[in-house]
Amino acid sequence: MKFNNIKITAIVALMALTVYNCSNDDDSNGPKAPEFSGTYAQEDQMARPAISTVFVSMGNKDAFNVTVPSKQAAAYQVAFQNKLLALNPGYTTNALGMDAATFTGALATDVLTVSLDGTTTFFDGTNVLTGRTLADDVIDVELLLIFGGPMGTDNSTLSSDNVDANDKPFSSSFPYLAAPHM
Amino acid sequence: MKKSKILLGVAVIAVAGFFAIAADHMDAPAVTGGSNDITDFYAFQGQNTNNIVFVTNVQALLSPTDTQSAKFDENTMLEINIDTNGDAIEDLVIQAIPKDGKMYFFGPVAPAQTGLSSTVRTTGVASSVAITAPGANAMIATNAGMSFFAGPRDDPFFFDVDQYKAIIAGTATGFENPGTDTYAGTNVLSVVVEVPKSMIGGSGSINSWVETKRKQ
Repeated sequence: MKFNNIKITAIVALMALTVYNCSNDDDSNGPKAPEFSGTYAQEDQMARPAISTVFVSMGNKDAFNVTVPSKQAAAYQVAFQNKLLALNPGYTTNALGMDAATFTGALATDVLTVSLDGTTTFFDGTNVLTGRTLADDVIDVELLLIFGGPMGTDNSTLSSDNVDANDKPFSSSFPYLAAPHM
Repeated sequence: MKKSKILLGVAVIAVAGFFAIAADHMDAPAVTGGSNDITDFYAFQGQNTNNIVFVTNVQALLSPTDTQSAKFDENTMLEINIDTNGDAIEDLVIQAIPKDGKMYFFGPVAPAQTGLSSTVRTTGVASSVAITAPGANAMIATNAGMSFFAGPRDDPFFFDVDQYKAIIAGTATGFENPGTDTYAGTNVLSVVVEVPKSMIGGSGSINSWVETKRKQ
């Protein structure tokens, strides 16, 4: 009994040594297993296209990038409204029927809403802010909502850049984006 | 007539504060030109309509030559944030961290804490994909119903920034027709993740955004 215990202990110890040696060999032969410790601190963020670029003044851009979305409206809605009225002093409402406070209130919380129930688009004439596809002409949508007035017909030379599509066609299958220019 | 001309003039001048470069390309002093600079974020229904695709692009205006040496920063995490209950606070994250030629993914998984500081959620579903080399066919990995890609792609964004600059400079009063896509011929580094809707709330709407976070 006692002798058996000693034998078992010896075998276990030998096995442990062997296993240790094996894994040690693996480590020296193969690449090191990736290691994911540590803390990561925020530097940039974005959701809807061009929101920071259009509505956040230069002095606030870094601060906006480290303001969590749930705090953005309280911190930035008034500034967004002032910016909108500076961009387009004639702003009354836009094609969505939003006055300046409503429009900038919606924009100041910079999140991209995505429908899980069907069409996903930035704006397709019917659906508004249910996602953003690669082909969506988001710049024209934003120009139109800022400059186009209630009927989308004001400031016609500023309400579209007349670039309506990407220079390369997208794929209908994963990963969807076109191969790089080489 | 006169008043509307003045208003238009004010609008044209005010446009100077508008679209510094693009969607979020080079948006702020601390990140402009860095490996952590997000250029664009997309979220749309996949070819398989049970899925949502998240696209995050970083590093603006890479020429074909730049693209040969462009690399993801191993100290920068891309974090897709998903709010499933409408309070603009993330309930789920998908984290992407590059290491040794692979992009590692964790999630969708609840974050350890919400907000500006993150730790890697290695308890979430772990996936990885080899980072596609410039000029090579796209490397795609699948795991747990998800698909993954990381590597250089054509910048899908399009905008006539040069004409915009001319408007600001006062040498033009509006956009041209047709305009010219300033991003034609340039690349970005892309991370594409396709996720079953059932993993991010199932139905209704989510709010989403993307962050770059640097290892401290």
